[in-house]
Amino acid sequence: MLKIENLQASIGEKQILKGINLEVKPGEVHAIMGPNGSGKSTLASVLAGREDYDVTGGSVLFEGKDLLELAPEERAAEGIFLAFQYPVEIPGVSTTNFLKTALNEIRKYQGQEPLDAVSFLKRMKEKMKLVNIDQSLLSRSLNEGFSGGEKKRNEVFQMAMLEPKLGILDETDSGLDIDALRIVAEGVNTLRDGERSFIVVTHYQRLLDYIVPDFVHVLYKGRIVKSGTKELALELEEKGYDWIKAEVDALV
Amino acid sequence: MTTPIDFKAQLIAEFQLNETRLNGESRSSLHQRRRLALSRFEQLGFPTIRHEEWKYSNVKNLVSQEFNITPSAEISHDHLTSLEIPNLAGNILYFINGQYQPQLSTIVSPADEVEILTFAEGYKKYPALVEEHFAKYADDSNDAFTALNTAFAQYGAFIHVTKGKVVEAPIILRFISDARTENVAVQLRNLIIVEERASLKVAESFRTLGEFASFTNTVTEAFLGKEANYDHYKVQDESEKAFHIGTTQVHHNDKALSYDTTVTLNGGWVRNNLNLVMGGEYVEAHLTGLYLPNGKQHIDNHTLVDHAMPNSYSNELYKGIMFDKSTGVFNGKIFVREDAQKTNAYQSCKNVLASPDATMNTKPQLEIYADDVKCSHGTTTGQMDEEALFYLQSRGIPKDKGRALLMLAFAEDVVEKIKIPAIREYLESAIAKKVGEV
Ligand SMILES: Nc1ncnc2c1ncn2[C@@H]1O[C@H](COP(=O)(O)OP(=O)(O)OP(=O)(O)O)[C@@H](O)[C@H]1O
Ligand SMILES: [Mg+2]
Repeated sequence: MLKIENLQASIGEKQILKGINLEVKPGEVHAIMGPNGSGKSTLASVLAGREDYDVTGGSVLFEGKDLLELAPEERAAEGIFLAFQYPVEIPGVSTTNFLKTALNEIRKYQGQEPLDAVSFLKRMKEKMKLVNIDQSLLSRSLNEGFSGGEKKRNEVFQMAMLEPKLGILDETDSGLDIDALRIVAEGVNTLRDGERSFIVVTHYQRLLDYIVPDFVHVLYKGRIVKSGTKELALELEEKGYDWIKAEVDALV
Repeated sequence: MTTPIDFKAQLIAEFQLNETRLNGESRSSLHQRRRLALSRFEQLGFPTIRHEEWKYSNVKNLVSQEFNITPSAEISHDHLTSLEIPNLAGNILYFINGQYQPQLSTIVSPADEVEILTFAEGYKKYPALVEEHFAKYADDSNDAFTALNTAFAQYGAFIHVTKGKVVEAPIILRFISDARTENVAVQLRNLIIVEERASLKVAESFRTLGEFASFTNTVTEAFLGKEANYDHYKVQDESEKAFHIGTTQVHHNDKALSYDTTVTLNGGWVRNNLNLVMGGEYVEAHLTGLYLPNGKQHIDNHTLVDHAMPNSYSNELYKGIMFDKSTGVFNGKIFVREDAQKTNAYQSCKNVLASPDATMNTKPQLEIYADDVKCSHGTTTGQMDEEALFYLQSRGIPKDKGRALLMLAFAEDVVEKIKIPAIREYLESAIAKKVGEV
């Protein structure tokens, strides 16, 4: 589904991604861990198409298409969804209105008719239940004045509404209390249908207790320096990153 | 080469010619007031950019044009279809080049609720009332255009709501400059009197027909009695060759409540003055404005809130989206006089520069002479929020559409203040169209 080869990206003069290789197959969940500043959000942003970054090398194929050639909205329409680490507040645009526009733009791209009001509301109701989000929140301006947890829950709600093929969750667990974490994780698990894939960026094992990953990768200084299965996350939880850092830094 | 015509001299000559046709009216105190105004205009002359109030708004191109200052008004309903506002209901008055068109207009409110007349009719019917209020609020001692307008006061509307009457249907004044065959100049003078506990919603809509230049010099004076409730909207959608200079003057008495909203969709060169004088206590005044110039349009909003008495509240929000090579000015004065303790006055002006070639000059000007007051002001001028735009894109919304969505949301704070649904909807769709296209 997603094939990243030797991906390099920089911002200004500063190189941040220094050759990422990663393959995600349908239905898989990949966890990406790693110390602060290692490039996790940068990777997520580059995949979503943020223009601030210059891709200086490598390739990304998504279902056989050259992802890097596509505008962010085209990537979304192709089925990529990024749950932001820091969701943006947008005054004056309600979540409901925004999602209706987004959904219908995606449908248009896919050659489908816009969703009628009844079906849209039905889908809203269904997905609201999934992440236990309140109607009153959705009629307010998008993310404006939302608590940290509400913003994250809204991201997962949006993902549920847009039903992407690949969901990228950038620290969606941080800022969530334990109940919210469980709800969000269950929401994601419901969306796991054997076809849909996820990349989950997190610092915490507690999320991976709920969303059990197929693979765990450690990103450090712009490279994936270690990959393993869910046991790797447990090991990191126990020992921290120092041993990996030492291994890598010894090589340079 | 023809010698350029002196616009000032042309206007003065026209005034004198007019006078000879007045017969008895020339001795009236109204006309004496016009005369005083003319002499002020003569003395002041047109302002140059050396004048502090006109620093960023140069009238040079306006006064060097040749205009027919007594244009005719022959028009049929067919010409107006392109200018119609869908679903508009209420009292709708058409003025073509200043002249009232009863055959195009609709008045639905009963006369015992509100008297809606032309300015000239109003004076004929209620001379004492007009003389009591006319030119008492809009100061022409230091403003050439107000002086000029006062001197030529004749065209426009007279609206009178007596004590305690609540006018249910809004009044929509549609001022159309018909510039299809020549350059036209029009002076409009409106007098609005809302007595104690009365309530009124009035909108002024400005449009242009045709490709020639137009100049509109308009003054609206509103007197608000105690506890009067007043909504006033000014909506401008004029041509690239339109010059518009307007003063909206509001005088409040105790506990009066006013909402003034000014929306400029288009206009070649626009100067709006909105002046509020709080002559009473416990007044509440809201001022909102929105401007969306594109091309080389120039839009200048000057506002003045004069807290002359204690315990009043004013809240001002102006917003602009500047496209292309447009230029904008916001100058917001707030005076809090020595006696005006417990004043609350807030002002904010926010601008988005949608183009690197657009410029915006903002100048808040607070003069506070009382000590127990709450005042704040802030202006921002910045680019489009790229983070927000990326967020929308990442959800599948194309960049252009996302940009339009953000601009519409930005404008909505102002548009939502308009309580005449048809006008609000018309604006929402006109703004959506404009931000989507520019
Ligand atoms: N816009 C930017 N300008 C300059 N440097 C940037 C920018 N964005 C990211 N960086 C730098 O790139 C590096 C990687 O940042 P990134 O946000 O990808 O890290 P991260 O792994 O997501 O960290 P965290 O765990 O703290 O979220 C950091 O050193 C960061 O300061
Ligand atoms: Mg990050």
